[in-house]
Amino acid sequence: MQKNLILKTLFIIGILLIFVFGIFGIPGSFNLDGIKDSLLQRIHLGLDLKGGAHLILEVQVNEAVGGETDHAAELLKEQLQKSNISYASIGKPDPDKHPEQIVVKGVPPNGSTELRRIVSEQLPTYDLSGSGDTYTVTLKASAISELKNRTVEQSVEAISQRVNTLGVSEPVIEEHGVGNYQILVQLPGVDDLARVKEIIQSTARLELREALNHGATYPDEQSARAAQPGGVLPPDTVLLHGQKSVNDRTDSVFLVSRVPVVSGTDIKTAEAGHGGKTGGPIVNFYLTTSAGEKFARFTAAHSETSANPSNLAIVLDNQVIEAPSIQSEIHDSGIIEGGFTEQTAHDLALKLRSGALPASLRYIQETTVGPSLGADSIRKGVQAAVVGMVAVMVFMLFYYKGAGINADLALFLNLVILLGFMGFTGATLTLPGIAGVILTVGMGVDSNVLIFERIREELRHGKAPAAAVDQGFARAWITIIDTHVTTIVSAFILFIFGTGPVKGFAVTLTFGLLANLFTAVFVSRVIFDAILSRKQRGEALSI
Amino acid sequence: MEFFRDTNIDFLGKKWYFLGFSLIFSIAGLLSMFFWHGIPLGVEFRGGTLVYVRFVDKPNEDQIRQALDRAGIHNAQIQHYGPSSSNDELIDLPQSSNAGADVTRSEDQIIRALEAISGGQQDFRKDLNYAGSDALRTVLAVRDPLHAAPDTYDKITRQILDYRDSKQGGLIRSFDDLQKAGVPAAAVEALKQDGFFISNFHVFGQETVGPQIGAQLRKQALLATLYSMAGMLIYLWFRFEMIYGVAAVVACFHDTLITVGAFSLTNNPITLTVIAAILTLVGYSMNDTIVVFDRIRENVKLMRRETLAEVVNRSINQTLSRTILTSGLTFLTVLSLYLFGGEVLHGFSLALVIGILIGTYSSIAVAAPMLVAYQEWRASRSGRRPVPVATQAGKGKVRVKA
Repeated sequence: MQKNLILKTLFIIGILLIFVFGIFGIPGSFNLDGIKDSLLQRIHLGLDLKGGAHLILEVQVNEAVGGETDHAAELLKEQLQKSNISYASIGKPDPDKHPEQIVVKGVPPNGSTELRRIVSEQLPTYDLSGSGDTYTVTLKASAISELKNRTVEQSVEAISQRVNTLGVSEPVIEEHGVGNYQILVQLPGVDDLARVKEIIQSTARLELREALNHGATYPDEQSARAAQPGGVLPPDTVLLHGQKSVNDRTDSVFLVSRVPVVSGTDIKTAEAGHGGKTGGPIVNFYLTTSAGEKFARFTAAHSETSANPSNLAIVLDNQVIEAPSIQSEIHDSGIIEGGFTEQTAHDLALKLRSGALPASLRYIQETTVGPSLGADSIRKGVQAAVVGMVAVMVFMLFYYKGAGINADLALFLNLVILLGFMGFTGATLTLPGIAGVILTVGMGVDSNVLIFERIREELRHGKAPAAAVDQGFARAWITIIDTHVTTIVSAFILFIFGTGPVKGFAVTLTFGLLANLFTAVFVSRVIFDAILSRKQRGEALSI
Repeated sequence: MEFFRDTNIDFLGKKWYFLGFSLIFSIAGLLSMFFWHGIPLGVEFRGGTLVYVRFVDKPNEDQIRQALDRAGIHNAQIQHYGPSSSNDELIDLPQSSNAGADVTRSEDQIIRALEAISGGQQDFRKDLNYAGSDALRTVLAVRDPLHAAPDTYDKITRQILDYRDSKQGGLIRSFDDLQKAGVPAAAVEALKQDGFFISNFHVFGQETVGPQIGAQLRKQALLATLYSMAGMLIYLWFRFEMIYGVAAVVACFHDTLITVGAFSLTNNPITLTVIAAILTLVGYSMNDTIVVFDRIRENVKLMRRETLAEVVNRSINQTLSRTILTSGLTFLTVLSLYLFGGEVLHGFSLALVIGILIGTYSSIAVAAPMLVAYQEWRASRSGRRPVPVATQAGKGKVRVKA
């Protein structure tokens, strides 16, 4: 019995040491600052305590679908021309709501077999339907969902690369929820949010297109239309806005080819540098091999010395940055001189390097906690925790006297284990999490009260102290299990449904209650046993 | 020390008082939800923009409103935030109607409008009470006032921000203060020359929620509450008997209703953390109920001669000491949270303060009487008088049979 008790005591001290290590680790130096530093290294503070930004972005996945079907439509045109099948038009009747549909009109009766062959061979992820001279080519539902998911994945990857180069410590970038096409970005400690937000959101879709009419600019869309023969845009062209020239930022309209020669995914790498006509900041970019070949063919066909000269439009996120003339054939690299500053050139190169986003992003939630608010929250949370805990401990001492010390020790160990847990698992402590710690104190003491009240009752019925303690623990145990399970069920559901701060609350509450099972039942029992083993038979128990 | 000893209160005899009390509060809450304040929702559920601003001096709300008006923001609510001694204001902008746009635009507009009051139309990125570390570090490194290595400027930047955010609560009052805090005079001068200025306010928090997130979170919160109640019901069904589960869940629902009702009556917004508090209360109220039910189960085996009503009454009395004590202690901790936990946790701790009182009350006054009422209803329906509870001793489950 005595030996057993010593073993148990040693076990408890061991646990205490392990979890104290969990909280503090081994401090670099044993003064107050050293201990504080290692504490902060072990216990991860949430955004609401550390300050920082919590962003949720929505990926405009339909754009990716639209881009995919644009390519398919191009391919279809090419192949039909190759097979000498005439058609009236190939287009998308409702690009916003149904970006997955391409409609081919005016197919001659003898062309339908060939169309079927092209779709089944070249566009295996598409379905063909329709009859007569009108056919609808639709991207398959499975392909759509795969494409959308891939778009979100690629976006997460691109954002991660961008954020990592910004030097934000411990960022979180992940898909948010399932099937909502949302991305969660958490940036602890970030204090220049406007810039970071811009860098994340910029799709950085760099496209090189043909600028028709030698890169002519028009003051607005209306005059651009009017300047075309017959007032109608030539086939396969679109109007895009942009700055008039590198040195003139007036908004102007350009007439460019609808399909880019080179698009974002064709960029191999990019870097900031100096050069161009002014020697100011520029961005150099390099193309992949296959895109380089395509680009060389295009530039050869449209250079100043060729039969059909035109300009090159450098388009970033649907804005024309510049439209220089093509001096000679260009292979796999080029420069952009968009009138940059050092920082904007640097940022653009970063965005191009990390890859274009496959679709644009829209912010749908933003929570920013300033560092001063975070510091204030920590101070107040800790203050509330200390006051609450001291109040409970003092009450227990008065109400249960000797046994009160027992409960207070158990409570203290409960807190140590809870915080140690947080240190070991790397769970995040949030402000509601601190509230969870406080609540654990209140609820944890419930187990002690249940047991003590039961022991008192048994003593009142005339049982000897040892028997009363035994009965008290045995009877209260069932109740304690029931109460803990229900609270942990609530906490578990909170953990599943909650985000950020609320999750932190669920975590501390669960850890706290689990630790409580150990401290209030096992530790408290050992202390009682230790006290009882020293008492003479018949001596009263202080409770 | 002992507060309750051998109490013998006839709780079940007072069930009509309890019913009256519960009805008054539930109905008052419901009336407020339907006809008065509605259910005031936090920004995460309704969507919109919140900007938390701390001013150097007591702010003039009319002046802020006019400035926002001039900036084209007409429907903002401006209210004092935190204790009356603070100079903090909360600017609350409801959901903008153009749902397609980025939701985070209006924050910048609000900050620009505030800069206009503070002194002219300056670029807020050069406001020392707004600027981030990157901006400061870059300017200092480029101007190089101390002719030192770049990491010197890292250190100075950290020093400035530490002074601002940790010591001054986010507000630098003047360039002189910076110098007094130990920032080298040359560095302060360099910042001044670069056009940095000091405004009379500091934005210490922002929250913007778009419409789809609002809808998403509303759904999640509702589901979470329902799932947690269902989880409890299943657990209690498994541990006790269907009717025990139902009684406990009704008690929890009663607590939730009254807590939400209290938020509606006092026009306090229900935020995500309030929902977290309510779910915790569901668990907590369940605790109290279970302690009483556990005792009933135990006593049913011991007291075979008595009616269920007597058994229940005895069980409540036996556990009364524990119930009051733990609720009192938990209440103590929660009260400390409410009083000292600061403004951010205000709603959360308010929900807990109300809920713990109601949750304790409901396990005595709602759950237990319901058990007895069900029992009596069964008895009257089968045309027999309530007889002592038949138990199958030895079995874990208690069969509540008429």
